[in-house]
Amino acid sequence: MADFLLEIGCEEIPARMINGAREELARRVGELLTRERLAQKTILEPFSTPRRIAVLARGVAGSQPDAEEQVMGPATKVAFKDGQPQPPAHAFAKKVGLELSQIEKVSTPKGEYLSAKVVKKGRPAAEILSESLPKEIAALYWAKNMYWCPGKTSERFVRPVRWVVAMLGEQAVPVELFGTSAGRASEGHRILSSGTVKLDSPTAYAEKLQSAYVVASPAEREHRIRKALDAATRKVAGARWREDKELLETVVNLTEFPSVILGNFDPEFLSLPEEVLVTVMRDHQKYFAVEDANGKLAPHFLAVLNTSGDPQGLIQHGNERVLRARFNDARFFWNVDQKHSLRERSGWLKNVTFQKDLGSYFDKTRRVQGLASQICEWVCADDPKAIRSGVVHKGALLAKADLTTELVKEFTELQGIVGGLYARVQQLDESLPEATRMAIAEVIYDQYKPESMDDSVPRSIEGAVLSIADKADSIAGMFALGLIPSGSKDPFALRRQANGIVKIIAEHKLHVQISDIFRSAREQYQGSEAEKKFKSANFTADIETFFRERLEFYLRDVRGFAYDVVNAVLAAGADDIVDVIARAEAVSQVRGSEDFQAIGAAFKRIKNILRQANEKKIEPAEKFNASDATEDAEKKLGDVMARAKAALTEKKEDYVASLGEIAQVRQPVDTFFDKVMVMVDDAKVRANRLALLRDLLADFSTIADFSEIVAGK
Amino acid sequence: MAKSSLTYQELILRLQNFWAERGCVLQQPYDLEVGAGTMAPETFLRVLGPKEYKVAYLQPSRRPADGRYGENPNRLYKHTQLQVILKPPPQDVQELYLKSLEAIGIDLREHDIKFEEDNWESPTLGAWGIGWQVMLDGLEITQFTYFQQCGGVDLDPISAELTYGLERIAAFLQDVDSIYDIVWARDPQDPKKVFTYGDVRLADELQMSVYNFEAAKVEFLWKHLEMYEAECKELIAQFAAKQKERSAELNRFPLLGAYELCLKCSHLFNLLDARGAISVTERVGVIARIRQLAVGVAKAWVVQQSAREEKAESEGEPVAAGAAK
Repeated sequence: MADFLLEIGCEEIPARMINGAREELARRVGELLTRERLAQKTILEPFSTPRRIAVLARGVAGSQPDAEEQVMGPATKVAFKDGQPQPPAHAFAKKVGLELSQIEKVSTPKGEYLSAKVVKKGRPAAEILSESLPKEIAALYWAKNMYWCPGKTSERFVRPVRWVVAMLGEQAVPVELFGTSAGRASEGHRILSSGTVKLDSPTAYAEKLQSAYVVASPAEREHRIRKALDAATRKVAGARWREDKELLETVVNLTEFPSVILGNFDPEFLSLPEEVLVTVMRDHQKYFAVEDANGKLAPHFLAVLNTSGDPQGLIQHGNERVLRARFNDARFFWNVDQKHSLRERSGWLKNVTFQKDLGSYFDKTRRVQGLASQICEWVCADDPKAIRSGVVHKGALLAKADLTTELVKEFTELQGIVGGLYARVQQLDESLPEATRMAIAEVIYDQYKPESMDDSVPRSIEGAVLSIADKADSIAGMFALGLIPSGSKDPFALRRQANGIVKIIAEHKLHVQISDIFRSAREQYQGSEAEKKFKSANFTADIETFFRERLEFYLRDVRGFAYDVVNAVLAAGADDIVDVIARAEAVSQVRGSEDFQAIGAAFKRIKNILRQANEKKIEPAEKFNASDATEDAEKKLGDVMARAKAALTEKKEDYVASLGEIAQVRQPVDTFFDKVMVMVDDAKVRANRLALLRDLLADFSTIADFSEIVAGK
Repeated sequence: MAKSSLTYQELILRLQNFWAERGCVLQQPYDLEVGAGTMAPETFLRVLGPKEYKVAYLQPSRRPADGRYGENPNRLYKHTQLQVILKPPPQDVQELYLKSLEAIGIDLREHDIKFEEDNWESPTLGAWGIGWQVMLDGLEITQFTYFQQCGGVDLDPISAELTYGLERIAAFLQDVDSIYDIVWARDPQDPKKVFTYGDVRLADELQMSVYNFEAAKVEFLWKHLEMYEAECKELIAQFAAKQKERSAELNRFPLLGAYELCLKCSHLFNLLDARGAISVTERVGVIARIRQLAVGVAKAWVVQQSAREEKAESEGEPVAAGAAK
């Protein structure tokens, strides 16, 4: 048994791609070793830094075990005539390299055949590895590849490969990758080490690299960074660094030998909105923000370095200088932006493209206003005071104006937020009361929410409506153009936007129908230039399918409903999200009960009977007629159904109570199937019974299709 | 804080020397308006085709919309790039680059250097590449790109392009907060006598911002754009015709002239953009028009180069390094 080490040394791999590639490489090597019978259960230890992905596999055999194989030969009756071997027998013995006397005979269903046990010699691990590794490595997935070697047929990889280590025990495995021969020499830290690191054995990998200023384990680097962040923050009394998982992952993958410095900035910059400061630090400089004991932003930052430290404070000084310039820029932009109000800027949107075929943001603003007003009407159908339509309308008008500001041009991730912040400080309209202005500002600020399923939805109902209208307008336009997401292709993030709509409707409990929203969204495009480019003929059906998928995802993955419950309730309608959720909650409560397990089974049976009848072209009666019922069980079921149906109409959306009513039919249904035969010869009786079952299915499947409920859970 | 004594011009000289010592042709800046060093023919055309090349040159790069009337300490309408093209890139291209930083007095052991993913793309040039922004103590000092495609043509061999942002590096070395405070030159006889970046360029930034944002005559800009475009297209069409006839005269066809016309169009587009004169519908269209010119010239250039080489081979003459006389 030996250990195997593979390291691919690269020029700096993009931080975002490292984790996936590291795990994939380990998986591929593990599978290769198992597939080739070089290891039974491999213990894999993956490593990565910006300049390498590597995997250490322990307990690899030096060669494959020899394998005994049963090789079948010709039929005995062909190979032997009168007990004498014929040419086919000799040929077979020769082929398998045995004496004729060592050849066996086995009987098979097709008769007796010659057969031989052949020992297949296992191949050496090194041979297999040098043959297979290039294929495995070439198959690694990278979001973006490049050429660097001459020749158009040369292979591509994420970045140029500069060295490769492949060792089985102490021996180098001869592998050629991208014109580089694998060996036993790795590379240390670019600056801190003296370069080449000679490896004596695979297991010494991490330790050897460590002495060359490379922490090869990402988990270990994360641990070190966390500790260093803590230590650096302690220099400021009462301060804490802001936890940021994503940023931490990024800096772990940007460093080989991390350390942390605490830097400072002029407290005067704290007069800029925190959102702006944090974005500059986080997104542009990859700094962690520091907050004081009250959770307020403190004038410090933490930078993660790819070097051992900063004894002279030069690095700190440099980073402070950059941040100061960035903050100065932000302040400059903030001040310049105030020269023109959002109101003024909303007119400039004619010159900002929304999407090349869907016109400008000015066009979009018009459409979103129209759609938002329509949604407002639906929302206040029962209560005219449910929503401040004026806030929605004004918010929609100004929502995209911040796209023309310098601050958003510089920090695009702050779109919406900047508009909200500007609306707060600007006089939008002299007649507007302060509270209304703040409400409008909030609506603008929240318009892109939720940015993910973990993000919160817009705070106010007005914000919710604007956000829905904005997203629905984009989705409707793209779908009409035929730009429907498929597979991994979703360049406009329409799935995320649709998920957002579902989440907003669910959490704000808005009684609006998806189909209504999209009919209206599509109508807003009527007569526009964009409409001339529309091609989708199946707009309504496409939207319905798309949202059904989104809703399914939301119910299952976000809300945690069982998949059979989700299927059952969606089969009974997916247009009214609030209603779907209410039904799912009610069905979840009764799903495990005996009554509903039985009803589920009965409904499945009913569906089958009706399907078979349909296949045989046997029509149910137009209407179930109690007087034509011949059996008691049949009559009883009809009675109970009629009562339960009346009760359902009365209970309306009280689904828990309704399900209680539906549970009433379980007993008579069970008895019916015990006592009554449906497909009898008497056509009239049969048709009447089929009608009864048809009505049962139709009347009691409005909450959920119970036949979808999976038994025994 | 130890202040570097390197002036702006010394910085330039050191970098030029460094790359000259490594076998690069030291070119002069291209004498037309360009938005980036990439657009100069020494990059745009040289990266095409099979011939190896190494060049370094300074390139003042004009981006009218970035102008700030000389009021912003970090933004310029015209900044200066030092552009290095290594075709093909040597194995140790990154180490070579890091050595160039040492050559300008940066002790890498005292600083934090990172190569962060940053891929480059220019829709107007039909060009893109894979690479990094090089970060020094949190400051982006260089764009490092492995060109993959240029003028819509797949490249082979690949070229490495190093673009140093000189003003940023100088401000870093001199530890000043405003570009305008950078010491451009210092009188060796009297070290107190200095010329700053502001002394040399402030008027340029102010006046050209006024011109670009306020004064440039939109109507004329459009006219110029149309005329340059028409002429460029005509040349590309003529070349195509000659190519069909298998003319022996391909070699002297003025594709470089066509490329200059294309560069003119690109700059005029930037000016129109700065003037806010390009509407939504027009914008995408104009970019596509300019790309069409760039792609047309690039494809023709590849043909011309291979014809040239064939000719030279058949005549048994060594191929001159110069692209055109």
